[in-house]
Amino acid sequence: MNTYATRTRNTRPEPFAVRVGIAERLGLAHMDWPLTIAAVALIAFSVFVLGEATQNDIPGDSHYFLERQAIYAGLGIIGMVLLTRIDYSRFRELRVGIYTFLCAGVSLVFVFGFAARGSRRAFELPFFSFQPSELGKLLLVLALAGFVIDGARRGSAVQRTVRYLCLGLAPAGLVFLQPDLGTSLVYVVATLAVMYFGGVAWTHFAVIGGALIAVVSVVLVAAPAAGVPLLKGYQEERLTSFLNPHEHEGGAGYQQNQSKVAIGSGELTGRGDKATQTRLDFVPERHTDFIFAVIGERYGFMGAAFVLSLYALLFWRALRITTLSKNAYGTLVAGGIAVALLFQTFVNVGMNLGIMPITGIPLPLMSYGGSSVLATFLAIGVLQSINVQAHLSRKGRFAW
Amino acid sequence: MFARNDHMPQGSRLSLRVAVVGGAGVVLFAILFFRLWNLQILSGDEYLAEAKNNRTHELKVIAPRGDILDRNGEVLVDNRTSLALQLNPQKLPGDPAEERAELARLGELAHMSPRKVRRTIAEGEKVAAGAPVTLRRDVGFDLVAYVEENQDEFPGVAVQRVFVRHYPDESRAAHILGSVGEITEDELKESQYDELEPGDEIGQSGAEYAYDKFLRGDPGLTRIQVNALGQPTPGGQLVSIPPTPGNSLKLTIDGDVQSAGEVGLAEKGRGGFISMDIDTGEIIALGSYPTFDPSQLIEPTQAEVDELYRDEELAPLVNRATEGAYPTGSIFKIITALAALESGVITPDEVVQDNGKIEVGGQPFENAGGVAHGPVELRRALQVSSDVYFYLLGLEMWETNDLQEEAHKLGIGRPAGFDLPEEGETLLPSKAWHEQFVKEGLALEDRPWSAGDNIQLATGQGDLQTNPLQMALAYAALGNGGRIVTPHVGLEVEDAAGRVLKEFDFNPQRRVHIDPGYRTAILEGLHAAAQEGEGTAAGVFGGFPVDIAGKTGTAERPGHADQSWFAALSPYPDPRIVTVATVEEGGFGADSAAPVVLDILEAIYDKQAAEVSSGGGAE
Repeated sequence: MNTYATRTRNTRPEPFAVRVGIAERLGLAHMDWPLTIAAVALIAFSVFVLGEATQNDIPGDSHYFLERQAIYAGLGIIGMVLLTRIDYSRFRELRVGIYTFLCAGVSLVFVFGFAARGSRRAFELPFFSFQPSELGKLLLVLALAGFVIDGARRGSAVQRTVRYLCLGLAPAGLVFLQPDLGTSLVYVVATLAVMYFGGVAWTHFAVIGGALIAVVSVVLVAAPAAGVPLLKGYQEERLTSFLNPHEHEGGAGYQQNQSKVAIGSGELTGRGDKATQTRLDFVPERHTDFIFAVIGERYGFMGAAFVLSLYALLFWRALRITTLSKNAYGTLVAGGIAVALLFQTFVNVGMNLGIMPITGIPLPLMSYGGSSVLATFLAIGVLQSINVQAHLSRKGRFAW
Repeated sequence: MFARNDHMPQGSRLSLRVAVVGGAGVVLFAILFFRLWNLQILSGDEYLAEAKNNRTHELKVIAPRGDILDRNGEVLVDNRTSLALQLNPQKLPGDPAEERAELARLGELAHMSPRKVRRTIAEGEKVAAGAPVTLRRDVGFDLVAYVEENQDEFPGVAVQRVFVRHYPDESRAAHILGSVGEITEDELKESQYDELEPGDEIGQSGAEYAYDKFLRGDPGLTRIQVNALGQPTPGGQLVSIPPTPGNSLKLTIDGDVQSAGEVGLAEKGRGGFISMDIDTGEIIALGSYPTFDPSQLIEPTQAEVDELYRDEELAPLVNRATEGAYPTGSIFKIITALAALESGVITPDEVVQDNGKIEVGGQPFENAGGVAHGPVELRRALQVSSDVYFYLLGLEMWETNDLQEEAHKLGIGRPAGFDLPEEGETLLPSKAWHEQFVKEGLALEDRPWSAGDNIQLATGQGDLQTNPLQMALAYAALGNGGRIVTPHVGLEVEDAAGRVLKEFDFNPQRRVHIDPGYRTAILEGLHAAAQEGEGTAAGVFGGFPVDIAGKTGTAERPGHADQSWFAALSPYPDPRIVTVATVEEGGFGADSAAPVVLDILEAIYDKQAAEVSSGGGAE
C-alpha cells in the first residue's frame, strides 16, 4: 500500500523529509521521529554515562557496563524497528497466548529463576540474565488491551471492570511475590491505564482509588499493627523512609539521602570527574536504580534537566499516538505504554530526588539492564507500529 | 471493528481522557523539574559541602613518645612499633545477632574468647568512651591482611600501627620511669590534658607522669578520601600533617650506678636506696625492691600480673625509697646530735658516761646488746653508735620541741619536694602530734607525750615514719653545710637530634643553720663509724679506697624483724654524694643496708676512677 503520498489535509506533515527507498523498505517512513530520537538519545546518554561512571567498578574490565548496555541498546533498536513493521493489531488476536506466556514467564522464575538479593526475578541465560517481568509490562498491556476490546460487550460495566482488574492484578500479584514490589506496581498502573483508555467509568476509578487507599493503609499500618506484616521489612522501610530520610540515616533513608546529596552537589553544571558521591560508592546501585543521581552529580542541572526533557518528549509522543491510532486497540495499547513509561520515570527520578519511596523501578532506557532496555524498546516499537498503521490506514487524525 | 466497539472513547471523550493524562504528565514532570531546581540550584552549595565532607576521613597519626635517657645518654625507655587490632564499639552492627557473630569472628582472630572480647570492650569503654578499644597488640601481618581484605565482615575493626613503650633493661629504674596508659575520663577533665582525646596515652606514674608534657608529642593528621565503606581510595590523600614526636627526657640517673644498686639490693631483700648529689639534689640512683617490668603494665588486664602487683607484702609498685614509711634507727642520730648542739644541750667534746643503759620513769633504755661503751663524746658516740648518749640527749630535749624542730627543718616528716609524684606519707612524732593523736582516739593507750617518746625518737625509733629520700635530704644538708636541696631526677629535655631544649632548675628549698664546727665533729664521728676500728660499719667499708662518712641503723619495726639502714656521705671530708639504703627485715645496718651502699659507692667511684685514668672529664 503506497498511500503515504496521498495525505489528506488532516494529516500532520512528517517532521522530517523521508527519502523514499531504503527508509520505506525498513518501515521507517511513518515512524514517529521525535519518539525515536528521544529514545535513541536516552539510550545513547545511558551508554555514555555508564562508560564514564563505572570505569572502575569491575576490576580489569573498565567497559563492562558500557559494552553490555551498548549491545542491549543495539538489540533493542533492532527489535523496535522490527516491531515498527509489524501490524500491532495481530497482538490482539494473540492476547490469550500472550497472557498465558506472561503468566507462565513470571511464574517460572519461582522454579528456574536465579536469586539475587533474596529475590527471584530472572532466568540465567548465557551472557544475559533475562527478567520476564520487564517484558511482561508490555505483554500485559498488549493482552489486557485485547481483553478489554474483546470483552467490551460482555457483562455489565461493573463485571467488566472487575474482570479487567483481575486479569491485570493476577500477574501483578505473581511479580509482587518474587518479590518485586516496583514492577508489580507498574503492572497495576498499566492495568489501570488500559482500563482508563478503555472507557471504564470515572466512578469505577473512584471506587478503585478508594480501595487502593484502603489496601495501602492496611498493608502499611493496620496489618503490621495487627502483627501480620505483609511487606518484607526492607520493603516497608524503603516505602516509608523517604518521608523522613534523616531518621533512617543508616538504612533505606541513607541511600536516598546520599542520592539527594549527589544530585544537589551537581549544582548547575555538574562535577564531572570530580564527582565523589556516585564515584565513591556513597550512592548505591548507581548503574541501575540510582543512575539519575549519577547524571545529576556529574552533569548538574543542565544534564539532568536535559534528560528529563527527553522523557517529557517521549511521554508526549507516546500519548499523542493514542489519539492517532487507527483503532481502539492501538489507543489502549499506546495509552498503557505511555502511562507506564510516565509512571516508571516519575517514580524512579522521584526516588533519586528523595520525593518518592525506593521501589526498585529502573529508569527506562537509562538504567543498566538488558531486560529493561529491550522491553522498553519493544514497547516503543509497538508505539511506532501504531503510528505507522495509523498513517497507512489514513486514519490519522488531527494531532497536537 | 469500530462498529462493535462504539462505546469505546472516541473523539472528544477520548480527547478528555488523553488530556487528563497529559495534564497529569505535565504536573508530574513539573514536580520533578522543580525538585531538581530546588536541589541543584537553590541548595546546591549545601549539598556540595555535604558531599565533600562525606568523602573524607581524618586519621590521627600518633606521635611517638620521647625517649627517656640516663645522664650519660643511655636509653632507659624508647618505643617499638606494634600492630594493634582495634575495634570502634560504636561502629559495631546494631543487630545483636550480627554483633555477636562479629565478636565471635574477632575473638577467633585475636585468640580470645568472645567473653573476653566483650570484657575488653567494656573495660575500654569505661576508661575512654568513644575511643577505639585495643583488643590485641603485636598482631601479625597475616591478620592485618585478613582484616583488611574482609573489611565488610569486620565493621569498626582496624589495625593500627601504634607505638609501645620499650624497656631495654626490663625492670631497671622501673620506679623512676613509671608507666604510660590510656588517658582516663577523669584525667581528660584536667586542664593539663586539654588538647588530648580519649584513647591518647599519657604518663601514669614516675617520670612518664611528671614530665609527660615534654615526652608527649603532638599527633599528626591525615585527611584521606574514602568511599562509602570508609576504605581509602587510590590517590586520595588530601592533607597530611606529620606528627611531632615527643622530646627526650634526660634523667640525672646514672644507669650503671642504678644497676649496681638494684643488683645489690635484690640480693639483700625488700627495701630501697637513693644516691644523690648533695649540692644539686640530682638523684644518681634510686631504686626499690621488689620491682616490676613496666612493659607488663601495658596490658594490665592480665590477671596474674594484677595479682602480683596487689600483693601487699611484696607491693612491687611501691617505691620504697620514696614511699616507704619506716623507723630509721641510729641513722637518725645525726639529727638528734645537730638538734642538741644547735640548742646548746651539749657540746661536741662533752663526755657522757655510757653504762649500757638508762632508766627513765621506771622504763629501761638499753644499748643494742646491752654493751657499755664507757665514757663517750659525740664522735665516739656516733662511731660505736652509743644509744645511751642519744637517749640522754632525747631526755634532755623532751620538754622542748628542739629535736622535732631540727628534724622538721632537715626535712623529716614533710614533703621532700621530689619531682616525681611518688612521695609517701611520713610522720615525725612530736608532743603536739601525740596529743592530737590521743584526742582523736587513735592511740593504743591514753597517756601524755612522755620522755620515753622523745628518747625513742632520738634514736630513730618509736612512732617515727620516714623513708630513704628524707634521710638523704637530711644527710645532704649536713654534708653541704645546711642547704636543703630539691631532690630530682629530671635533668634536661632534648630534641631528637640531642640538642638541649630545656634544663631543669631545682633550686635549694631552704637553708638550715649548721655550725661548721658541729658539722665537722659529726662527720668525723660518721667517718670513724664507717671506716675506723670499732666503727659499726668498719667491717664493710674498712677496705673501701674512698674515705666516707657513714652511719648504720637498725630499726625495731613492730611486727617485723629489724630493719637495716645505712646512710653515707662521700667522699670524706668534703662530701659530694649522699647514699642511703634500707632493707626491710635486713637485720643490723652493717648486715644488709651497708653492703648495698657499698655496691653503689663502688659503682660511682670505680667509674670516676676509670674516667680519670682514661683521661675522660670527670666531674
